[in-house]
Amino acid sequence: MSSSLAWAISDVWVLVKRNLIRYKRIPQLLFFSTVQPVMFLLLFTYVFGGAISGDTGSYINYLLPGILMQTALFSSVQTGVGLADDMNKGIIDRFRSLPMTRLAVLAGRTIADAIRGLLIVIVMLLVGMLIGFDPNGGILGVTGATLLAVAFGFAFSWVSATIGLAVKNSEAAQVAGFVWIFPLIYISSAYVPVETLPKTLKFIAEHSPITATIDAVRELASGTDAMHDVLGAVAWIVIIILIFVPLSVKLYKQRA
Amino acid sequence: MSNQSIAISVRGIRKTYKDFVAVDSVSFDVPKGTVLGLLGPNGAGKTTIVRMMTTLLQPDAGTITVAGYDVVTAPNEVRKRIGLAGQYAAVDENLTGYENLEMIGRLHRLSAKDAKAKAHELLEQFQLADATNKTLKTYSGGMRRRLDLAASLVGDPEVLFLDEPTTGLDPKSRLDLWHILEGLVAKGTTLLLTTQYLEEADRLADRIIMIDHGRVVAEGTTDELKAQRGGDVLELHLEDISRVQEAVTLLADIGKEAARADENGMLIIPVTHRTQSLLEAVRRLDSANIALADVTLRRPTLDEIFLELTGNRA
Repeated sequence: MSSSLAWAISDVWVLVKRNLIRYKRIPQLLFFSTVQPVMFLLLFTYVFGGAISGDTGSYINYLLPGILMQTALFSSVQTGVGLADDMNKGIIDRFRSLPMTRLAVLAGRTIADAIRGLLIVIVMLLVGMLIGFDPNGGILGVTGATLLAVAFGFAFSWVSATIGLAVKNSEAAQVAGFVWIFPLIYISSAYVPVETLPKTLKFIAEHSPITATIDAVRELASGTDAMHDVLGAVAWIVIIILIFVPLSVKLYKQRA
Repeated sequence: MSNQSIAISVRGIRKTYKDFVAVDSVSFDVPKGTVLGLLGPNGAGKTTIVRMMTTLLQPDAGTITVAGYDVVTAPNEVRKRIGLAGQYAAVDENLTGYENLEMIGRLHRLSAKDAKAKAHELLEQFQLADATNKTLKTYSGGMRRRLDLAASLVGDPEVLFLDEPTTGLDPKSRLDLWHILEGLVAKGTTLLLTTQYLEEADRLADRIIMIDHGRVVAEGTTDELKAQRGGDVLELHLEDISRVQEAVTLLADIGKEAARADENGMLIIPVTHRTQSLLEAVRRLDSANIALADVTLRRPTLDEIFLELTGNRA
């Protein structure tokens, strides 16, 4: 049993490497997936900062955790797109005819995408610091915040994987993956305090896994008491993974 | 034949997609170390049968045993013992030739060292050593096919499945591939290949199964198929083509079907008794003073059998 677990981990790692080599071969892929979130960060800070918080400096400490989450979520959409693309190529038949664990193709993709997400988030933090992000949580708090955002993105990668396998087409996966992420991220505490929302939206936002996680990320970064929200965020992450890992594996196995 | 000597055993398999019956009551055995050619027009169900044998698709009914294991109840045992190369090169565009083979080796659970050695060995064998560290974007179609076949051999398969391995290859690459396959079979690999090319089946396969509309329409060795269907054909070229009708009448009862003349004035007679019919025809023509320019006694081609069996769809 333990050796079959070791082989399963080996299979996953082989597929993670396969997916990461893409970024080495086509560096533009990584460059442009970093440019977009950095652009969001700069636009939000300088366009909305004054209006929302009075000055750009105080808004960025509130904004950056929200942008981190948005980046992690947008990044997770790529998982479904990449998988849908893979499924239409001959190589998936080869993988399915090999004595490897059925989970490896999916986990290899979600983990590689989480690693990419982590790199992008680190670049954003550095850019953020250049333009005034100065959280009170220190290195420990910011590290915790970063890992939590990336972990949430990882969980959402499995949702995205499920969508990608269900729609079976990379363009459809792109559209189907994005449409519902927008309301999800904007009806939350990502960019504005939840209290300012109309009643119904406020109710949704207060119970959204995004709000729970963003609040935890924000508290970790700012060094305030984060225990309650961190537990809530972790619970969401675990629930999402427990539902969508088996679901996506089932879809993967079913595909003819 | 004992079970020990059977590499693939297929019993009454069936696969339907909604109302469409893709494969119906197909059964056959492939003895170890032999080559079976699965022949049929596009859409006949060849690929569906291969996908069921290679654990990619489950049959709705029937059983399939490959290398001693049931594909439905022990798919992983089957996967350890087979290689598969499909119609499209199943390799990763963004990886180099070496990286592709090393990855497959690791997924076959070879050690890092063995996977590396196997990758280099296969690149050498398939004349891809020069392209070891080039990404596949720079590979030609023929090189991709060779790499794909190499990838299907990484696990030293007992049974190799090739789905239209030479479709889209130029004649030179096709010949090269045939040589490689003959080498593998000589070393004891069991090979199942599907093809639309009768020439390919004729050259490589010990036995042939013809599939049409998801069913087996004929099976046997190429010689058996040729003898069963149509039998031999006697072709006579006359010196003086104007006497062809005279000859048709003269030889009307010689074969199993009436003699006929084709558009070039050649006499064609399907016969059952090869030499006797030939001698009798020559004798009769000679006594009527009809001179012969050429005589041919030939087997029907697989194409003729195939057309006869499938109508004119091929």
